[in-house]
Amino acid sequence: MKRRSLLAAGAGLLAAPGFARAQSGDVVFLSTQLRPVEEATRLRNAILRPAPVQSTFVTEEPQNLTVRMRAEAQAGRRTVSLVGALHGELQPLAADSLDALDDVAAQLADRGIPQNLLELGKLGTGQQRYIPWMQATYIMAAHRRALEFLPAGADINALSYDQLRAWAAAIQQRTNQRRLGFPAGPRGLMARFFQGYLYPSYTGGVVRTFRSAEAEQGWAALKATWAHVAPASTTYNFMQEPLMAGEVWIAFDHVARLMDALRAAPGDYVTFPAPAGPMGRGYMPVIAGLGIARGAPNRAGAAQLIEYLSRPATQLRLAAETGFFPVVRAELPADLPPAVRLAASAIGATQSARDAKVSLLPVGLGDKGGEFNKVYMDSFQRIVLRNENIRTVLDAEAANLRAVMNATAAPCWSPDAASDGACPVA
Amino acid sequence: MNPAMTPVRRLLFWTLVAVLLLWVLLPIWLVAMGAFGGRAAVFQWPKSLLPASLSFDHMAAFLAVEGVANAFLNSVIAAAVTVVLSVALGAPAGYALARYAFRGADAFKLLVLLTRAFPLAILALPLAVGFIRIGLYDSPFGVALMHTVLALPFAVLVTQSLFMGIPRELEEAAWVFGCSPVQAFFRVVMPLALPGLAATAIFAFVISWNEVFAASVLTVRERTLTAYLLAVLSESPLHTRFAGGLLLILPSVLFVFAVRKWLFTVWGISGR
Amino acid sequence: MAPKPWVPYLLIAPAVLFLGALFLLPLVQTLVLSLQGEGGLSFANYARMLGDLNFADALRNTFLLTLVVVPVQIALALLMATMIARIGAGRDLVLWVWVIPLAISDLAAGLAWLAILQSTGYLNSVLFALGLLDGPTPWLTQETPVVLFIGIALAEIWRATAIVLVILVAGMQLIPKEFGEAAEVFGASPWQRFRRVTLPLLKPSIQSALILRTVLAFEVFAVVYALGGRNFPVLVGEAYVWQGENQNTGVAAAYAALIMLISMLATFVYLRVLRTPREQMA
Repeated sequence: MKRRSLLAAGAGLLAAPGFARAQSGDVVFLSTQLRPVEEATRLRNAILRPAPVQSTFVTEEPQNLTVRMRAEAQAGRRTVSLVGALHGELQPLAADSLDALDDVAAQLADRGIPQNLLELGKLGTGQQRYIPWMQATYIMAAHRRALEFLPAGADINALSYDQLRAWAAAIQQRTNQRRLGFPAGPRGLMARFFQGYLYPSYTGGVVRTFRSAEAEQGWAALKATWAHVAPASTTYNFMQEPLMAGEVWIAFDHVARLMDALRAAPGDYVTFPAPAGPMGRGYMPVIAGLGIARGAPNRAGAAQLIEYLSRPATQLRLAAETGFFPVVRAELPADLPPAVRLAASAIGATQSARDAKVSLLPVGLGDKGGEFNKVYMDSFQRIVLRNENIRTVLDAEAANLRAVMNATAAPCWSPDAASDGACPVA
Repeated sequence: MNPAMTPVRRLLFWTLVAVLLLWVLLPIWLVAMGAFGGRAAVFQWPKSLLPASLSFDHMAAFLAVEGVANAFLNSVIAAAVTVVLSVALGAPAGYALARYAFRGADAFKLLVLLTRAFPLAILALPLAVGFIRIGLYDSPFGVALMHTVLALPFAVLVTQSLFMGIPRELEEAAWVFGCSPVQAFFRVVMPLALPGLAATAIFAFVISWNEVFAASVLTVRERTLTAYLLAVLSESPLHTRFAGGLLLILPSVLFVFAVRKWLFTVWGISGR
Repeated sequence: MAPKPWVPYLLIAPAVLFLGALFLLPLVQTLVLSLQGEGGLSFANYARMLGDLNFADALRNTFLLTLVVVPVQIALALLMATMIARIGAGRDLVLWVWVIPLAISDLAAGLAWLAILQSTGYLNSVLFALGLLDGPTPWLTQETPVVLFIGIALAEIWRATAIVLVILVAGMQLIPKEFGEAAEVFGASPWQRFRRVTLPLLKPSIQSALILRTVLAFEVFAVVYALGGRNFPVLVGEAYVWQGENQNTGVAAAYAALIMLISMLATFVYLRVLRTPREQMA
């Protein structure tokens, strides 16, 4: 066996110059989404196999996506045709790596993709850069064991931050464990909690209100809550794992990052919207899009695949398989798997909450998106973890935020009030 | 065995050996438990050191995932090329450093070591651009070139200390007997150096086999096993990650077992 | 033999050319990048790096880890190598097992130690069984920095001692047995034999091992990341974050340049301090 594999290796070497494979007619579909093995396998088998175009689905770490796409662009030779990634991950590619898709968008005009989502897909360039593919948002999930500690009079579907803190405190008091959890690990999506939840809920803005008195209040509240938060939160990337392990009873995370727990034991969990602050119940929809690489080896095939992936039937199938929801007009069927139903109910409750306050994903930051997140994460680290003075930190970090906004000249996005030039940090 | 050891000392000695064996093996055993125990075992508390239920389902499911076989083959190709290149480039340089005092020797050594001192992630972009231009992108051969850069310091340093340990007089004696320097090298030095060269080759293989970052950036479809696993694993549930971890560990263990002959010849020579 | 001064240069030429094309070229491109600011040459990226929240911690952690891990690894490997020399039957098996971690990637090593150290992991299970804990307790957080540090150091020692062991064993096989035997005849104790015979003759191998391990220790990243995440910043980790998440190649390149500088200095020191004069070699 060993000898044979060595022979095979030798043969491979001899063939080295002719590395272009026979399958090169396939659409190479590079995605930062649906990376976990099980999800990727479901996508390949249930969705891509019956597609009208042959494709090779390859997953990629978000931070490698830009490196790869840029390298291919600079060298002028493409391998990838179709790119699937989050809005924020596609943003840095807009300038030199994504083709204009106005033709594809026109073709899909009757699918009922909301206009504001299509607008996001232009990435501030005036031309369609990606077609919205699927959406999700952040929700909260709690183990049923936690319910008995819910503060009296609290409605789980209309929690406030104060009630969340009281709930976590009650659990700590009775079980001697801190069981509220946040995804503040290196791959966790904690920055979005600040931008889409804490800030809008307490200040009604994200950038303009960064160092406001209300923001100070919000941080103080978070700091108070953190005394009841599982200390391992700074290592959690996906809340489904500590939930399943029983380390955490109440968790905030991206819905796709809770799905495994919901799927494993749908009867054990309740799902509900994130809490509300004085200015409302902040929430942030997450959009993944499909773009075609500039100079794609198979543009027609990629366009055909986009058309297929945005058919209502395909989108519903995707929702049932993965927990990412349709962006096109499509009624969710009644016979959804229980885990997907749990997720859908929390999303529905969030969207229809009377005090809901929608935050858009940051727009127009380009490749400064990372540094934008860093401002919020650094503030978190300094205020909550290192116990620095809130006012001092906000004033210092406001300078960094201002630098990012000025460098990109990005105008304010909702929930901040519109601005003429770069969004100002008051 | 040293006959001078008293029974008490012998007991202590073997206890220490056993402890060190356990130190190495226990973590591997625990990964295997995670891999075969599935989700339930990963979240079990308190954990037991023996598996509650053994199932090959997770491993089987994992191995059935598209692309694992191809990735495995790519890893073997990349590692094999890395071995050949790093020994071919490294051994002569190691010999030069061992045998000759020349200006620039330290500078060269520094240059070689720098390759390990610079985080690869940062070099990835310029390298990827270059590789695409010359058509080495997305091929195990391109990955092997990058891996050779990483393996070269080992090759140079290990062969240097190797050649330094082979008495120069042996070579000079061969010259006296009419061998040319080249002949002397191949007839006298080479046989002595072979086990050490094998160790160098083993290093090179292992470095290539385990390297993740360059392999991820320089390939799209022709992933090596580690790059493939990284893309697949980093955000998968823990039990899947353990299955992948075990898949990474097992070939390495088997590989070290397969080359143990060489490691042991390294040893055997001293018994001459 | 007539000395031919060009011979060593001929011997290193292939390696130099190879590294020139595949390493120096991209390296220079990167260094240029680190010095690029808005509108020309500037140290803005370096200033940004120095002023960064995690910079001081990362620098301190990287040095601490290197200072702890490398000496322990050398000592442990020396111990193992001398023990191997005294094992008769079963030597092959013991050597094989001890060398296994050599072939284990940092990715897998991080996972293995995560299984042990996570709050519902094996360490806590054992402590729980012994009655020392009342339930799962997280160790890998910044509220328990000492344990976190020890955990990361243990994982690094576990993973990378084997490479030192192989280098030392390969070096030991070249020490003529007669030296040790002669010392024994003169009544030297095992410790004296080790100090006076083995250690000095092993110096070139120890130098190689030290240099390699130190340079690699400054590059430590994957294991730290797997175990501590953001709780334990290290220099290379920061470089990755600036390159990947923050999308700021300039600052990442500045970190890379710093890491290189530190490694260069360390290597230089080793080359000086552990210099083996060529005449002294047999």
